[in-house]
Amino acid sequence: MMAPERMQSYREMAKKVRAHCLRMTHRGKSGHVGSMLSMADLLAVLYLGILRVNPKQPRWPDRDRFVLSKGHGGAAVYAVLAETGFFPKEWLDTYYLDNGKLSGHISHHVPGVEFSTGSLGHGLPVAVGMALAARQAGKKHRVFCLLSDGDCNEGSTWEAIAFAAQHHFDNLTVIVDYNRVQALGKMEDVIEMEPFARKLEDFRWAVQEIDGHDYVQIETALNHLPFVPGKPSWLLARTTKGKGVSWMENTVACHYGAVNDEQLAKALKELEVEQ
Amino acid sequence: MRKVFNTELLSIAQRDPRIFMILADIGYGEIEPFAQAFPDRYFNCGVAEQAMTGIACGVAMEGNIAITYSIANFPTLRCLEQIRNDVCYHNANVKIVIIGGGMAYGPLGISHHSTEDLAIMRALPNLVVVAPCDFAEARAAVHAMIAHEGPVYYRCGYKKEPAVHDGPIDFRFGKALTVRDGRDATIIFTGTIGYNCKLAAEQLAADGVQCRLISLHTVKPIDKDAILHAAKETGAIVTVEEHNAMGGMGGAVAEVLMDAGGLGVRTRRLALPDVNVCKVGSQDWLREQYGLGVPHIVKAVKELLAG
Ligand SMILES: [Mg+2]
Repeated sequence: MMAPERMQSYREMAKKVRAHCLRMTHRGKSGHVGSMLSMADLLAVLYLGILRVNPKQPRWPDRDRFVLSKGHGGAAVYAVLAETGFFPKEWLDTYYLDNGKLSGHISHHVPGVEFSTGSLGHGLPVAVGMALAARQAGKKHRVFCLLSDGDCNEGSTWEAIAFAAQHHFDNLTVIVDYNRVQALGKMEDVIEMEPFARKLEDFRWAVQEIDGHDYVQIETALNHLPFVPGKPSWLLARTTKGKGVSWMENTVACHYGAVNDEQLAKALKELEVEQ
Repeated sequence: MRKVFNTELLSIAQRDPRIFMILADIGYGEIEPFAQAFPDRYFNCGVAEQAMTGIACGVAMEGNIAITYSIANFPTLRCLEQIRNDVCYHNANVKIVIIGGGMAYGPLGISHHSTEDLAIMRALPNLVVVAPCDFAEARAAVHAMIAHEGPVYYRCGYKKEPAVHDGPIDFRFGKALTVRDGRDATIIFTGTIGYNCKLAAEQLAADGVQCRLISLHTVKPIDKDAILHAAKETGAIVTVEEHNAMGGMGGAVAEVLMDAGGLGVRTRRLALPDVNVCKVGSQDWLREQYGLGVPHIVKAVKELLAG
């Protein structure tokens, strides 16, 4: 595929993911839509351009492992999995509902989902274990873990950070959806992580900081893994919480609030999605 | 018992390349042979039990058997949510091993006692909960643990626990072992407190009371048949455990009896009172202090029969 076409496919996928998330959380009257919109572009590039996965064979042994540690954003992963053929798109209509196929937090009972999370700080240790096992077995697949800001408050995340560097797991990549907003406030008012990149460098990871909505930057970074041989890679992807819906962007409110009928229509219009 | 555990595990790991040890900087003097034999299957996470458990889960998700191992409640309570959400929810092949079940680390104090573990671990779906009483059970339980597909909680003893079983045992998860038979009453125990129960049963026998002595090594899944048979055939059950009175093995036995309608059986639970153990002393001394000595068990059976 030519580069401009690929960029266009990323853009379209991200738009679809955002629209699905708005509709799903609207229908389910559920929260976390801001967290989903925030990582839609990252997921589009990952699933269309980076991850070696096979929708026809979700448990293919040589697949790249993708662990979503910010399980509350699971609907965005469900959306991209449905769009890439892991399960029927109709399942998305059952999200959060009685007898639904898809739970509010990401679940390994869904084809294509590697691991269930929901409580923060769980994804990275597990991803590190997967990287350990892959290296020990001489396997070539890679392990990716997507973290939220809140994930980086958890001590267990830092325990895993130290361990991964100690053992030079360069088959492991962390992507932080660095929107700087968490459940009750902005990071500067809750737990400031800056200088974030330097913290990780001091922990002996190889770090890159990018605009997490810029497809060229995302793709370029993830096409050059590991950033440094012998080190795990940390991609600090600066994002905007609620990205794509003007009144949600950069707000704390969009972490929990669901959209009503009127807001849904308005949001889809802003995203230029047909209704 | 920890030596028995490590020796047995090492011998199995020679034949089974799926076995990994994922530690949290505990095991000095015991784990070195495994570390030397299998450097690519031995990982020390540092003093980081949450990462240890999550990493072990990730290793197990890839088709391996991951052993976490530490003292008393370090690899359970400190990382309980990792056990619940990561290990048990995914039915991952992780074996959680504690050294020093109950008050085995006596004078080290409450931080190094494991006296709520049976209650908490048995509340988790998919988890097998096992507490061997002596070396024979400990050895057999390592094999059963590795053979079992799915998570296991293994409550190991510490050093020189005396034998409870005289001869060879047919050890299977979920199948209680009868140490001696009797018709007057049943003593059901789990773990290394079994030796006190054995001494108590011998003393009772000398006094003319024939007790059935049952090692309920697997607290979950529980052997309902053994409990119900004991209830019907002996009419009196005393449970003995080195564990807080809340929700442990005695509670599990009571649940079985209650679900069966009560059966009119006379019952008595011996367990640690629901207090923080703050007296200082050896395991044996603490057992005496907190109501788990041989005389306490003898007295409980006699009182129950005198009813
Ligand atoms: Mg955030």
